Amino acid sequence: MNKKIRVVIAKPGLDGHDRGAKVIARACRDAGMEVIYTGLRQTPEQIVETALQEDADVIGLSSLSGAHEHLFSRVCELLREKNAEDILVIGGGVIPEDDIPALEKAGVKKVFTPGTPTKEIIEYIKANVKK
Amino acid sequence: MYRGRLWTMRQYAGFATAEESNKRYKYLLEQGQTGLSVAFDLPTQIGYDSDHPLAQGEVGKVGVAVDSLQDMEILFDGIPLDKVSTSMTINAPAAILLAMYIAVAEKQGISSDKLKGTIQNDILKEYIARGTYIFPPEPSMRIITNIFEFCSKHVPKWNTISISGYHIREAGATAVQEVAFTLADGIAYVEAAIKAGLDVDEFAPRLSFFFNAHNDLLEEVAKFRAARRLWARIMKERFKAQNKKSMMLRFHTQTGGSTLTAQQPDNNIVRVTLQALAAVLGGTQSLHTNSRDEALALPTEDSVRIALRTQQIIAYESGVAETVDPLAGSYYVEHLTDMIEQQAMEYIEKIDKLGGAPRAIEKGYIQQEIQDSAYNYQQEVESGERIIVGVNKFKIQETPPKDLLKVDPRVGELQTKKLKRLKESRDNVRLKQTLEALREAAKGQSNLMLPIIECVKSYATLGEICDVLREVFGEYKPSVSI
Repeated sequence: MNKKIRVVIAKPGLDGHDRGAKVIARACRDAGMEVIYTGLRQTPEQIVETALQEDADVIGLSSLSGAHEHLFSRVCELLREKNAEDILVIGGGVIPEDDIPALEKAGVKKVFTPGTPTKEIIEYIKANVKK
Repeated sequence: MYRGRLWTMRQYAGFATAEESNKRYKYLLEQGQTGLSVAFDLPTQIGYDSDHPLAQGEVGKVGVAVDSLQDMEILFDGIPLDKVSTSMTINAPAAILLAMYIAVAEKQGISSDKLKGTIQNDILKEYIARGTYIFPPEPSMRIITNIFEFCSKHVPKWNTISISGYHIREAGATAVQEVAFTLADGIAYVEAAIKAGLDVDEFAPRLSFFFNAHNDLLEEVAKFRAARRLWARIMKERFKAQNKKSMMLRFHTQTGGSTLTAQQPDNNIVRVTLQALAAVLGGTQSLHTNSRDEALALPTEDSVRIALRTQQIIAYESGVAETVDPLAGSYYVEHLTDMIEQQAMEYIEKIDKLGGAPRAIEKGYIQQEIQDSAYNYQQEVESGERIIVGVNKFKIQETPPKDLLKVDPRVGELQTKKLKRLKESRDNVRLKQTLEALREAAKGQSNLMLPIIECVKSYATLGEICDVLREVFGEYKPSVSI
């Protein structure tokens, strides 16, 4: 039997908009994944710590406050420091198109902008997660 | 509700530094806006100074950074506070920002009894849906009732709270849930104030509300009507209010941020028009219309102007403001109003059985109900049962929009430098005295407003004041579930 995909859905920074994060978390769970939702106000350090402890395959970051550049990049940087770059990092929220190249360069594999169906995100995870 | 005086046109604005935001406020006032609405950045809303490690990357992003009275002086520079009314979206540290506003007014030679405006000051919905809490429920409710008491004596024209359904709806609630959970929170505040020894007719006339306006035009109109009827009945029957003003539900409306689409953003102008129309037909006292580009970034000046013009066209050209409650008597609107009223009442009774809103929040009941609705909505969109124009139907190939507003990334550094200069130039003896006086007051039972005003005037920073209160009160720890 295949091992279940383990996903950490995280809210980095001070942003309190977690409707999207919770919807994605639930959609991943309904799609048969193991989901850990961190809750609000997580530092990049806490998120990486949780991902390592939970043996996560995927980290989903959500930010609607405009702080994505700093916070998402920091998460990727810490993963590299911990030799955990094999964890697939994806992100979503209010993220202007212009900011996406820099985030991808930092290590975020895919950024999902508003209006993306949850199915698309789940398919992306299944296709790209390191087995 | 209109005929005489129109609603207040109040666009929520603020970003980067106090200097930048001051310019935007002056622009909006020149464009015919009739009230100010201040957006603070997240560190300010959560009681951290701009140089705090947790503030990194967040300074000036979703609102203006205010670290001390100095920033507040710059923010309202050249704006006479006896001529405008100002709404401030601030909750956990509401007492501190109100204290700063009073101090700025005093410097302009204006006494606090002349000030008009609103602080959001609604902590319960922060626990439920918005997330900018600091302290646990009990001390938070104490600070709120302290504000009620202080304002009834010293700032009588101030709306001491804006009990908010807006964020509850944005988090995914239905129209019925928006009304029910907002009024359940309202009941909790009234009960807390009565328990603190205040007379209902002294503070209740200054309670105000804040609702959302989504796309379903007639349902939204009915929602506002139902909320008004329910609150009047609750105040009269449950709390035995005598003063007619205690029974009035006065409310601000903002069009629904979560209904805006990143796809074909100009379509949002039409959505906002429908939503604003619902608010006006529902009798709102004040209105914010969202800008077309807000699913992408903070709005540009052009987008904000179109949003303001939308209200102005409804006000001056559509004719709908010439009648009070113009849809009254429509068989369908009356039916919807009755239905929402009844279903919201059922929820309120259920929350009463759970021990009231604070208990229901602690148990996660309200949050879970909202999450279920949000998930159902998403599934309806994905199955195509619910059509969102441009998102799951009528799609086109688009090039990403240009000219989005970008906040200068150096704002954090600028604020940090300002803080350093401030800390070098303050009277540290006085500062220490005022902070210690606040600590003693917080440990006891007395009203915290006066000690907070003294701290603010000695240029204590927002973070320093909140730290004192954190040390005495502790911090809120939410329970998390999906």
